[in-house]
Amino acid sequence: MTPERPTPRWHLAPPRLSLRWLPVWQRNLLVWRKLLIPAILGNILEPLLYLLALGYGLGMFVGQIEGVDYITFLASGFICASAMNAATFEGLYSVYTRMSVQKTWDGMLAAPLSVDDVLLGELIWVGTKSLISGAAIMVVALGLGAVKISGALPALLMIFVVGLCFGAMALIATSFARSYDFFMYYFTLLITPMFLFTGVFFPIDQLPAAVAWIAQLLPLTHGVEIVRPLLMGAPVQDFFYHFSIILLYTLCSFYLSLVLFRLRMAK
Amino acid sequence: MHSSEQKAPLISARGLVKYYGETVVVNGVDLVVYPGECFGLLGPNGAGKTTTLRMLMGGIMPTGGELTVLGYDIPAEARAMRAKVGLVPQHDNLDPDFTVRENLLCYARYFGISDKTMAGRIDDLLAYANLTHKANARIPELSGGMQRRLTLARALVNQPELVVLDEPTTGLDPQARHVIWQRLRSLLARGTTLLLTTHYMEEAQRLCDRIAIMDAGRILAVDSPRALIARHIEPVVVEVRGDGAHAWAQGLPNGLGRIEEVGETVFCYLQDDHFVRDTLRQRMELEYLSRPANLEDVFLKLTGRDLRDA
Repeated sequence: MTPERPTPRWHLAPPRLSLRWLPVWQRNLLVWRKLLIPAILGNILEPLLYLLALGYGLGMFVGQIEGVDYITFLASGFICASAMNAATFEGLYSVYTRMSVQKTWDGMLAAPLSVDDVLLGELIWVGTKSLISGAAIMVVALGLGAVKISGALPALLMIFVVGLCFGAMALIATSFARSYDFFMYYFTLLITPMFLFTGVFFPIDQLPAAVAWIAQLLPLTHGVEIVRPLLMGAPVQDFFYHFSIILLYTLCSFYLSLVLFRLRMAK
Repeated sequence: MHSSEQKAPLISARGLVKYYGETVVVNGVDLVVYPGECFGLLGPNGAGKTTTLRMLMGGIMPTGGELTVLGYDIPAEARAMRAKVGLVPQHDNLDPDFTVRENLLCYARYFGISDKTMAGRIDDLLAYANLTHKANARIPELSGGMQRRLTLARALVNQPELVVLDEPTTGLDPQARHVIWQRLRSLLARGTTLLLTTHYMEEAQRLCDRIAIMDAGRILAVDSPRALIARHIEPVVVEVRGDGAHAWAQGLPNGLGRIEEVGETVFCYLQDDHFVRDTLRQRMELEYLSRPANLEDVFLKLTGRDLRDA
């Protein structure tokens, strides 16, 4: 004899956003600052190795692509891929740790913060991590003379948006997660294909038509389409088209993850 | 009988119900907590205590019933309510990467309290928690009791009118528990209202002005510890142990009191113990203990002796 339940669809309500995300972001920044040196070193060393090995090693054989040296082509794509990786790691492992393992969220939710505030704070932090990682590679690439400084600032802004996009997508997966193991599938099935098939290492039109068509559906493709010309010093083609797709992925993913987290945290 | 019952209640729940799927976890709870009192929810594991607290904090949606906390309609106005309430959760969720001081500062930011305001409060909070000397220690360096005290201090960053504590001393050693109890009494002396859950009888008996005994999602009785004992149970309990205990119990005259046989032990709930002690003097092979009835006797009488994880 279940009593009549109130069934307002509270979990489907539009996001209620306010500046209360800020202390959540501040908290994550404070933790990150404590691990500053190893974090920065990791952010710089890994891309440096990739750019040196592939950019110069492989670049010797490739020569020029789309009118620029291979290392320029690679660096501009690799910045986007790194933003994706940084955002995905943070959105999966770190957010899961704070939500489920350390129960940091429970503490926040006992304060006058809602799931909406906490999730927005986490998302903006994930974007920030991408920005930091992107900036580190930018410094390396500028040092190697691989990218143009004129486009660096707009490219970094775009990197932040790419970070938000992949952060929001990762949050959906995290809202389902019962353990860290689950995230392996996410990387293998989604992130690795995107790393390889969205024009980071070679132009998409090298791919069979069907694969190239699928690549057009993936958000990283459109991030690369905007960031690469900026860093090569070329005009961006169809900016609004590419940007809209990334924005659409971001907003839909954030809303979906918010609904899922509202339900999960109310269990 | 409680002096504060004249005032408007701080917490008022009527017919609170929570279903998870088809399972009822909280099944029609009525609850009134008055300003300045320490109110205890006492119940075995799975009684619905934590679920009730989570509904009070606005964390989960009640399936039915009415609920106000500090005059706010819950869950609709939970955010405004939480600004004035402190929560000590069952499991510490302090930030392991932060120092003691940073934990307090960071937590205060969630309440929108500026670092400047906190600078004036933080030393008092550290002193309250006896953690002044550990202000710059990281969390893994603290003992369990210290972490608990920090969690308690953290719940006070917003100077709350009401502090909600979910099993505040579970897992602590006796010394650490006594420190927590003493800290909670000093909060009560300041006029802060406390609502706590516990399954420790002596904790409920020592701290609480009033206790609600809860089992299977329902409240079975509410009153002061002494009134609960007076109303629900005989004043004296004689526990008898030994090989012949059961046979001895068979020989007792009817109408003496309530006799319960549990394993090796016979529990006699009596108006007075003179007759029973006389018979026991001639049975030197039986160990016995005669004691005043306590809250645990009431609790076991109302909730039964069945294991809750069976």
